[in-house]
Amino acid sequence: MMTAISNRYEFVFLFDVTNGNPNGDPDAGNLPRIDPETNQGLVTDVCLKRKIRNYVSLEKEETPGYNIYMKEKGVLNNQHQKAYEALGIKPEPNKLPKDEAKARELTQWMCTNFFDIRSFGAVMTTGVNCGQVRGPIQMAFANSIDPVVPLEMSITRMAVTTEKEAEKQSGDNRTMGRKHIIPYGLYRAHGFISAKLAEQTGFGEEDLDLLWRSLINMFEHDRSASRGEMSARKLIVFKHDCAMGNAPAHTLFDSVSVERVDGEPDSPARQFSDYRVRVDSESIPQGVSVEEKL
Amino acid sequence: MAYGIKLLVWGDRACFTRPEMKVERVSYDVITPSAARGILEAIHWKPAIRWVVDRIQVLKPIRFESIRRNEVASKIPTGNVKSAMKAESTSGLSNIVEDDRQQRAATILRDVAYIIEAHFEFTTKAEPGDNEGKHLDTFNRRARKGQCFHTPYLGNREFPAFFRLIEEGEPELAVDDSLLGEKDLGFMLHDFDFQNGMTPRFFRPVMTDGVIDVPAFHDEEVRA
Repeated sequence: MMTAISNRYEFVFLFDVTNGNPNGDPDAGNLPRIDPETNQGLVTDVCLKRKIRNYVSLEKEETPGYNIYMKEKGVLNNQHQKAYEALGIKPEPNKLPKDEAKARELTQWMCTNFFDIRSFGAVMTTGVNCGQVRGPIQMAFANSIDPVVPLEMSITRMAVTTEKEAEKQSGDNRTMGRKHIIPYGLYRAHGFISAKLAEQTGFGEEDLDLLWRSLINMFEHDRSASRGEMSARKLIVFKHDCAMGNAPAHTLFDSVSVERVDGEPDSPARQFSDYRVRVDSESIPQGVSVEEKL
Repeated sequence: MAYGIKLLVWGDRACFTRPEMKVERVSYDVITPSAARGILEAIHWKPAIRWVVDRIQVLKPIRFESIRRNEVASKIPTGNVKSAMKAESTSGLSNIVEDDRQQRAATILRDVAYIIEAHFEFTTKAEPGDNEGKHLDTFNRRARKGQCFHTPYLGNREFPAFFRLIEEGEPELAVDDSLLGEKDLGFMLHDFDFQNGMTPRFFRPVMTDGVIDVPAFHDEEVRA
């Protein structure tokens, strides 16, 4: 078990997309997710967590203690077993009934071995409350700063799938397809890290550094035809000097403003330099330090 | 109400899932007493105390939105973990998400704000040192400073709750016009009875001008 982190954190994460689809909506034929009330783009919490998992499994490969439980085959088809370094587990001595103690031991073992369980938590079918791990990291949906306008691109493929289609087209062999893109969108996500829950899962300082690294680098390893160009742009971390925290999260988030820089009024933003990100350090309360990791 | 508190909570989204619609989640119209208790416990809780929600005040119009996400179907099977521990190897224990995927829609609330009025009672685990003032002070101090054990959430952890303590004598906050009048919200989860094998108990809230009076947990209007 690593020593758990002892500070509460909040973070603001800004990332952008150029000519791509950051997160498709299964309800809308894979169009980029849009908040129907504001036309802002949306990226779900689980989408970002998936990318964190994928980055960690790339960086850490088979390092014991950094396994990823919720795997994507495309990332790690590496099922062969490396020499396993047994990590000693000492369930705390307590007067719990046996099955609960056992459940706790299982949970601890899973936390020790799997980064994603240690960070995000997991549910095990033990029936006792300890079978459920709440991870220290909480992420909310990301919203785009401004409304986004998804474009629908029609594309052609110079091939067909079946013989039948080829016969139908008498050898012309073309298929039409669709791609949905957002010309440009800057997205803002908020995250929370509880030191107290980190204690329960053993989420330590090294894990935290790995989390920051994964946020900064996750789009670099997630290139695909649909994503377009996605980049992490800013990662602003608020560190409280104690576990319970020193300020309400909303006041910290309010200190980060993202505005359009003076240009053509009402013209659509098309690049990151069309925005100015400001951290109002004056408004940061005592006991909280701000660090721009990116 | 010598040791009552008032807490304002708000957030962009919320999902207080109806138990009869939990696969494709559909939220209740308002926060449940159970979820409100969870928010208070995220700020301060000890085994010596039990939070009791007395009133819930709804401040913003009730609006819904639908969102569909890829989710996994299964929980971690304990048996597999046991054998992996025995074998001292994690190989083959992972879950391949593409083979275990469900797309589920959730009908969630947008832009919510509530005032939770609550007090705490002592449990059998209370010791002589546990006095009312101590726990009340701890809660108030934390809520004032924005401190919490973990970030409270509005039903699901991806919907964080921001919170602020409502001080005594603070002017009333405005209730949205759409909430005026009486509204029967139908049967709603009150909370789980942990003493009796986690039995859920239900009550029938009526919202009057945005205010819901929550009956005591063992009141006769609350049914298992």
